[in-house]
Parts: sequence; structure tokens; C-alpha cells
Amino acid sequence: MAGLAEISEAVIRGDDEQVDRLTKQAIADEISAKNILDDGLIAGMGTVGERFKAHEIFLPDVLMAAKAMYAGMDNLRPLLIKEGVPSLGKIVIGTVQGDLHDIGKNLVAIMLKGAGFDVIDLGNDVAPESFVETAKEHGASIIGMSALLTTTMPVMKSVVECVEKEGLAGKVRTIVGGAPVSKDFAAQIGADAYGFDAANAVDRVKCLISEN
Amino acid sequence: MRPTVRFLSNQLLEDIVGEARSLLEKLGIEIHNPGILDMLGDHGAKIDRDKKRAFPGGEIIDKALEAAPSGFRLYDVEGGETHDLSGHNVHFTPGSAAINVLDYETGGSRRPTTEDYVRYVKVVSRLPHLSSQSTALVPADVHQNISDSYRLFLSLMYCSKPVVTGAFTIDAFNIMKDLQIAVRGSEEALKAKPLTVFSCCPTAPLKWSDVTSQNVVDCAKYSIPVEYISMPLSGFVAPITLVGSLVQHTAETLSGIVISQLTNPGTPVLYGGSPAPFDVRYETTPMGAVETMMIDCAYNEIGKHLGLPTQAYIALSDAKLLDAQAGVESSMGATLAALAGINNVSGPGMLDFESCLSIEKLVLDNEICGMVLRMIEGIEPREDFPAQPRFEELLADHHLLISKHTRRYLRDEHYIPGPVVDRANHSRWLEEGGRTLGERAHAEVERLLGEHEPTALPGDVRKDLTERMSVEARRHGMTSLPHENL
Ligand code: B12
Repeated sequence: MAGLAEISEAVIRGDDEQVDRLTKQAIADEISAKNILDDGLIAGMGTVGERFKAHEIFLPDVLMAAKAMYAGMDNLRPLLIKEGVPSLGKIVIGTVQGDLHDIGKNLVAIMLKGAGFDVIDLGNDVAPESFVETAKEHGASIIGMSALLTTTMPVMKSVVECVEKEGLAGKVRTIVGGAPVSKDFAAQIGADAYGFDAANAVDRVKCLISEN
Repeated sequence: MRPTVRFLSNQLLEDIVGEARSLLEKLGIEIHNPGILDMLGDHGAKIDRDKKRAFPGGEIIDKALEAAPSGFRLYDVEGGETHDLSGHNVHFTPGSAAINVLDYETGGSRRPTTEDYVRYVKVVSRLPHLSSQSTALVPADVHQNISDSYRLFLSLMYCSKPVVTGAFTIDAFNIMKDLQIAVRGSEEALKAKPLTVFSCCPTAPLKWSDVTSQNVVDCAKYSIPVEYISMPLSGFVAPITLVGSLVQHTAETLSGIVISQLTNPGTPVLYGGSPAPFDVRYETTPMGAVETMMIDCAYNEIGKHLGLPTQAYIALSDAKLLDAQAGVESSMGATLAALAGINNVSGPGMLDFESCLSIEKLVLDNEICGMVLRMIEGIEPREDFPAQPRFEELLADHHLLISKHTRRYLRDEHYIPGPVVDRANHSRWLEEGGRTLGERAHAEVERLLGEHEPTALPGDVRKDLTERMSVEARRHGMTSLPHENL
């Protein structure tokens, strides 16, 4: 019988082949998909996050772990749907209109996926309506925006206003980030959260989702 | 002998350039600008329009390199020559486009205003070791669509040094070019005496955005000098190794040279960059990393080998305050840059990954630049041989303080820093207030501001610049410009 602790360990080691094998085994052993997800994959990623923050491991190790986690998720997804387990959360993310900086946004997207969220990445130079329409279309509960230029930060406010105009305030929460962005700025424009790096983005998104 | 530093053997250098050329030919460069793809196609480059890729082969690259000048000069607002960007000549310029300014009073960083910008340019105008100004802050008290051109406007109004700058959009280039033509009087006069250098960035890996590639083309049309700022981030969007990052930097920069030189053969360019290893703990791009400096010096060798003048973001720091880290990283970078002979060294004043400017740091860095500029003059005999007469004089008089030889060479042989760098004995230092470096730097900032005198820019040109900037501001709904209230 495949232990869930073993799955966690394999995620932490970034061993995607083992995670694939062990999750298949666990499914065969009739452990519920939700259980494998929570106590195997996500538990492993939780430890990875802690170790990353403590500088015990580095970003490439985190991404390897995320890759291993995806390998497990691929096996679980059909069962989770069948068991009626809702997705951890759907997030639409992009760099705002006029801004071509996407390195930080990409990293945030990778880490969110690694934490088990469904991420729809709209790329860079994204118009405000596009964020909101995509969120509506896919039933996403979070919009994440990135800006690296002081000149493009105001677009974030337009997105927040657009969310309100569409009557989605409260249902779709907004989170912002990027070098010129701050907690104060987020509050000023009425965004629901701010994250200073990719690991922090994961924490903040988890908070937003639990608040919902 | 000029002291120097080298990081690449001839063989390694050749290998890096060879690999970069082969990447351009085989993998190509992605260019999100149909006009430029057409232009490269017309010159015989293979184009894949669907993938937005051009594959410039060896012949086109050679043609571009041959057309690129091995150096060029810059001229100040009044038309005087300030820079000979060629050979191993070294010029320092403040770092560019900070998001924040470090506020001396509060000790914290905050968004800059027009007032901060004007203080900054007035100080730069008095700092002898910074031969140009840069549009180092982005004032937050004007409409965001004019915040790039407005910086240039303020620079031209308050300081006569040439300006290292850049546009944030395709559109902004127009007014930024018009302001320069207004200063020089005509397009021809601007071509003859370049006033600015535009920073234009390829996107790692191997890509040009619509905006930045169009800026390259527009600059070339007016013979406005461009510095290419390729930013391989080692281990993230570039190979983890320094050699791999250099291959990428070389390919991206060569592609920029091709775009410029095919647009207008002979247009002045700088072989520049702002590489960094990606910090895998903090998710940042450290400009003060020793590997950043090594890559900078190494691509400078490649640029020189290709016969081009060079640029780098190197004399700056990632510290958040004007502290020891700020001094260490900035001086290490400045020292290496000067030894390497990087022609346009960007960085002084800058903190926090190029995102915060400290005016106090600028005056400290000016002294660092003074030291390293002295250093690269090297050690040369100055009436030192034969040595015997001087030592006879010393033995007879017991000192050489008033010797002719001392008085003749004192000021040339020794760089005398201060008032930021402190060389008082301990008691005197205490008696004079026991001030910290930050306090001394701040006092110097205030002193320099008090000394400011308006530049010799004629009144009618000032009026013309103001009128053009006001028209641009009105286009974005601003009826007045904040500098009018200073
Ligand atoms: C790399 C870089 C580029 C690359 C971008 C490549 C790419 N594919 O993204 C290139 C070379 C193309 C580039 C171009 C330009 N750049 Co640039 N660039 C940078 C640089 C050096 C680093 C940015 C970066 O990637 N950092 C690493 C990543 C991992 O960090 P990050 O982006 O901050 O993201 C982290 C956090 O902020 C957070 N985060 C980010 N997004 C989000 C979103 C959410 C939802 C959350 C929760 C968190 C979050 O998490 C991320 C991971 O830790 C910055 C300097 C700086 N201090 O930021 C300048 C900088 C941002 N650029 C600047 C400028 C001026 C430009 C240009 C206009 C230059 C020009 N004239 O061509 C053009 C932009 C054109 C345009 N319209 O967009 C200025 C901005 C000035 C200002 N006041 O606005 C800066 C500050 C440099 C400077 N001082 O000159 N640039």
C-alpha cells in the first residue's frame, strides 16, 4: 500500500516518476483522490514552501517539486471531478496593458500552479476587459495582475473598477504585484491583496480563497 | 601603462561570438514588429512571418558590424563636446529610470516628484566625474503617458550635460526627438552633435518587443545613439553559466546592431547590457552580484573585439539604504568597469535593483568615480628619473612639502576626495560634528544645490521646449506642468 507520506516525500524530492507511480498505486489501493491530494501532494508542497522560505532549498528545487506534483495531479484530476471535489481555485493572471515585463508574473503563475491552483495565464499587455471577461467565462474567483512600470500601474485600477462594474465585487477577488506595486497601492485602488514575491503570492491567494 | 582587466581568452571570446552567430542563423530572433521583419527580409535575411522570426546570416551581421562606427562623441546642451565614446575611454552616468527616490528626511523610499527630479539634475550638473546626466527618476506628479518625455524636458531645462534616456512607448519617441531638435535647431545639427543616448532593450531570450525594436529603428532614422540593454538573467531566462549567458547576450546585441545598421548604416550605437544572475532564494536580479560584473566586463571585451564602443549597468547596488553594502557593490563595479574600459558606465546613485535613486549616494559615487578615474591613469614617471636629485633634496630639507616637484604634480598625481569620503583624524572628525557618511553626503547635496546656476540655454529655446512639452501635456489632460511652481 502506497503511503501518503511517501508521496509527500517524492514531491519534496521533485521525483515526478515516483509521484506518478505512487499516486497510481494509492488510487489502486482505493485511497480517496481528495485524501491523496491533501495529505500527499499538497502536504509535500507545503513543506517545500517552508524550506524555500528558510533558504534550505532554492527555486529550481521548488519548481522540480511542482513538476512532480503535476505528475500526480494528472492521475487525480478525473477522479477529483468524479468525486465532485471542487478545484482549489481558479486564477486568471496577466501583466497589464502597456507593460511587457512578464518574468515575475510567469514565476507567480508557475508557483500558483505548483500549489495546486488552476491558472489561466493571459500573457502580457492585457487589457482590463480581457481580465474580467476571462474570469467570467471560466468562473475564476481570482484575478492576478502584474505591473513593472510606474506608468502602467493605473491599469490595475481600471481592472478593479471593471470587476465592480460587472457586479463581480466580492465574487472575483483581485491581487496585484510587481516592483513598483505596494500594499498601500493595492489598498488605494481597492485591490483585495498584494504579494511581494511568488511564494508570498501563493500565501495571499490561499488567504483570499479561504476568506471566500 | 593603463591598468586593465580581462576575463576571456581570445579562444573563448571567438567561441562565444561564433556560437551567438550560429544561434541567430539557426534559431533566429523573434521580432514582434512586422515592419522590421520586412526590412530584414529585404536585406536578404530568412524570415518566418508566422513565428515572427528573422534569421540573420553571417553576411548580414558582418555588413552591420562593418557599418557600425567604432566610436562617437556626445555634446552638451550648449554644443560643447563632453564624451569621446571610443577606445578605453571611461565615462560615468547615473543609473536610469528609478521607480523611487530615497528620501533623506524620512530615510524611506517614495515616489519621486518634479521637485526631486529638479534637485537631482541640479546636483548632477555640479558633479565633475559624471560626464552625463540620465533620466534617473520617473516623476509621479504628471500623467503617466508623458512621464518619460517630461524627464527629458526637465533635464534639458536644468542641466547642460548630455542625457542617457529611453522611451516607454513608441509614441513617446516623437516628442523626445522633437525636444532634442528644438535644442540643436535642426535635424542635421542634432545628427552632427548627438545630445542623448537611448536605452533599448531586447527581451530575453532572443526576442525584440514591438516597442523597443521600433525605438531602435526610430533612433537610427535620426542618428540618435542607442545602447542595447540585453538582460540575460542567468539560470532563469538564460543559461546558468556565465559563458552561456554571454552567448545569449552576444546574439541579442548583434541582432540589435543589425536592426540599427540596416535602418541607417553608420548610426552610432553602444554595445551595452544589464545582465544578472537570477537569485534563486529571493527571486531577484542582483546588479551588485560579482557575476553581474564579470559578465559585464566580458561582453565589453566582446564589444571591443567587434570594434564597438560599450556600455554597462555596473556601478550600482541592491542595498535599500546608503549603507556599507551600497558602497561595496558600487565601488567594486566602478573599479572593474574602469579597468575593463567600459565606455559608458551606468549606475551611480542607484540602489535596490535599479529601482531607487539616492541623491546622497550620487555625491558619494561621484567621489568613487573620481578615485577609479585616477586609478586608470595608471602609474607613470613624472620627472622621477634619475631619482638621486630628489632624494638629495629630501635628505637635505627633511621634507618635500614645498618642493617644486611636489607642487607641480600634487593635483595631477593624487585624486583628493571629499567631503563625503572622510580623511580627518578622529579628534577633528569628532570636533566637526562626528557626522556619518549620510550626513556628510546630505550636506554636500545642499551645498551643491545652493551653487546651482541656470544653464546657458537661450531663452527662446527654453520657451520652445516649454511650449512643446505643454502641448504634449494638454494632449493628456494636463493644463499646467508642475515645474512651473518650483
Ligand atoms: C528584466 C527587466 C526588463 C526585461 C523584461 C523581460 C521580460 N520578459 O519580462 C526587458 C529588458 C524586456 C525590459 C524592458 C523594459 N524595461 Co525593464 N526591467 C527589468 C528589471 C531589470 C527586472 C524585472 C524582473 O524581471 N525582475 C525579476 C522578477 C522575478 O521580479 P518581479 O518582476 O519584480 O516579480 C516579482 C514580484 O514583483 C512579484 N510579482 C510580480 N508580478 C506579480 C503579480 C502578482 C499577482 C503578485 C501577487 C506578485 C507579483 O513576484 C515576482 C516574483 O518574485 C527591472 C528592474 C526591477 N527592479 O524590477 C527593470 C525595470 C522594471 N524596467 C524599466 C524600464 C524603464 C523598461 C523599458 C521601458 C526600457 C526601455 N526603454 O526599453 C522597457 C519596457 C517596455 C514596456 N513597455 O514594457 C524600469 C521601470 C521604470 C519605471 N519607473 O517604471 C525598471 C525599474 C529598470 C530601470 N530602473 O530602468 N525590462
